[in-house]
Amino acid sequence: MTARPLLELDHVTARYGPVQALHGITLAADEGEIVAVLGANGAGKTTTLRAISNTVRRDGEIRFAGRTLGRQGPEAVARLGVAHVPEGRGTFAELSVWENLRLGAYTRRGALKDDLSRVQRYFPWLEERRSQQAGTLSGGEQQMLALARAFMQRPRLLLLDEPSLGLAPLLVTEIFRIVKDLNEQEGLTVLVVEQNAHLALQLSRAAYVLEVGRVALFGPSDELQEHESIRRSYLGY
Amino acid sequence: MVELARRLGGAPKRKSRVSTGISLPVGLFLLAAAAFLVVGSAVSSIFAQQTVAGLAQGAIFGSLALALVLIYRATEVINFAQGEMAMATTYIAYQLTLWGLSYWLAFFLTLGLAFVLGVVVQLLVIRPVQHKSVLAVVIVTIGLFILIDGLVTWKWGADLKFMPAPFGNTVYHVGQVAFSRQDVGTLLVSILSVILLWLLFQFTKLGLAMRAAALRPAAASLVGVRVNWMLAIGWGLAAVLGAVAGLMTEPTVFLQPTMMQAILLYAFAAAVLGGLESPAGAVVGGLALGVFLNLVGQYVGFATAELRLPIAFAVLLVVLLLKPTGLFGRRQVRRV
Repeated sequence: MTARPLLELDHVTARYGPVQALHGITLAADEGEIVAVLGANGAGKTTTLRAISNTVRRDGEIRFAGRTLGRQGPEAVARLGVAHVPEGRGTFAELSVWENLRLGAYTRRGALKDDLSRVQRYFPWLEERRSQQAGTLSGGEQQMLALARAFMQRPRLLLLDEPSLGLAPLLVTEIFRIVKDLNEQEGLTVLVVEQNAHLALQLSRAAYVLEVGRVALFGPSDELQEHESIRRSYLGY
Repeated sequence: MVELARRLGGAPKRKSRVSTGISLPVGLFLLAAAAFLVVGSAVSSIFAQQTVAGLAQGAIFGSLALALVLIYRATEVINFAQGEMAMATTYIAYQLTLWGLSYWLAFFLTLGLAFVLGVVVQLLVIRPVQHKSVLAVVIVTIGLFILIDGLVTWKWGADLKFMPAPFGNTVYHVGQVAFSRQDVGTLLVSILSVILLWLLFQFTKLGLAMRAAALRPAAASLVGVRVNWMLAIGWGLAAVLGAVAGLMTEPTVFLQPTMMQAILLYAFAAAVLGGLESPAGAVVGGLALGVFLNLVGQYVGFATAELRLPIAFAVLLVVLLLKPTGLFGRRQVRRV
């Protein structure tokens, strides 16, 4: 018996008003692996994530952990165990660091001590900044706070949208290392959208390359990295 | 300037600093005003009496202003029907006392009913137009104003009605100064309800979720907050504050369909004075306005009762000229 993937998209389409953003995306992610979604601007990477978290109108079937995601709002998807760190990080800039983390655990009852100490393993600096207003953190710190908040959700699936956007290379490396740690040590499944194909392919086990709302290419990341012609024509490096 | 300061002072400090929204000049001004009131009250008994009466009146402005701010933060409109909702709930309390309930039983029951009313109004009337445009919501609240006014007049008539006095007519004497129990009670009840609400927002999970839903609805829904419910609960809480304001207004102006209309204008002035986005600003703005109007009425010869509202708006104008974001308004601090 082969286990079913944790996440499956089956001919998913989506549109913004008259503009069709996704023309039928079919994609799968197994439990415990990191899958990258690559492609140029406007290829539909962000929309793919938004289709999963139900923040865009979409058609086609999406199955998560054995159940079909229906028409419920994004909060219902979040409650099933999907944490979406959107473009712009979704940080509550006006609230404190601690309040941001607290919101991450919003759907769960009971004490948060365990979660906090787990979060501190990966983000030790958060403790001393807990009462700082999140909007005054640096860009890298905000991205880490967004990751920490998502982790507080105890998700089974993490949707990451362009974690490297606007950050210095050193910070990007640091953030990718943390994502890798979360994946390896906590068994977190990650679907990551990235412009930086080189980094994303190093991080992920498999990758999908999108072109104008369709899957143009799919394969194990190491194979995609090796084919020079693929790298040139699809990934631009 | 900033660049120069940075060079002189080394790296900018950014260790745990949560902005309270009060700038130094405003803080000093408020301190000076408070000191003035204390000294004045110690010197003159009439001054003390007028100050306490002003605080009581101002607490009513403040709680209605806070209701406006709550809704403004969540829905981004001024709820023009806030005063009429407060008036309607006061009539409900009146009906309950007619049916034989004691005043305080009716009071608390009314607060519960006001919450339900606020939630229902948001669900039935506001939600359907909320995503259309701000103007649509504004028009709906004006329609609500007219509707509630009509319903109340139809049910209870436009003539004055009287409720039992909540605090009686006792007058306390402290030295030379006479305080009416009515004023002290009004002040305590209003301030207490504001404090309870603040505790709810600041220290409970529900309060945090409500703030998150108001600040960033999209991001809040991604962590599992049911944003629509939070907005409805916000309207419910605003209606509760309005009910407190209405019930505390009744002993001085008595029950009539127009009882909250002037109060709503003062509350609006107080909310803008405080910065419209700031709950603390609304309350301080209300208190300041109440005291100021009372003292001006006492000591400035030409400031008759008819001039109270124009004076309130003149103050508002001056404050906004000096500080366009209001007393507690803050500029957005954000790093990108």
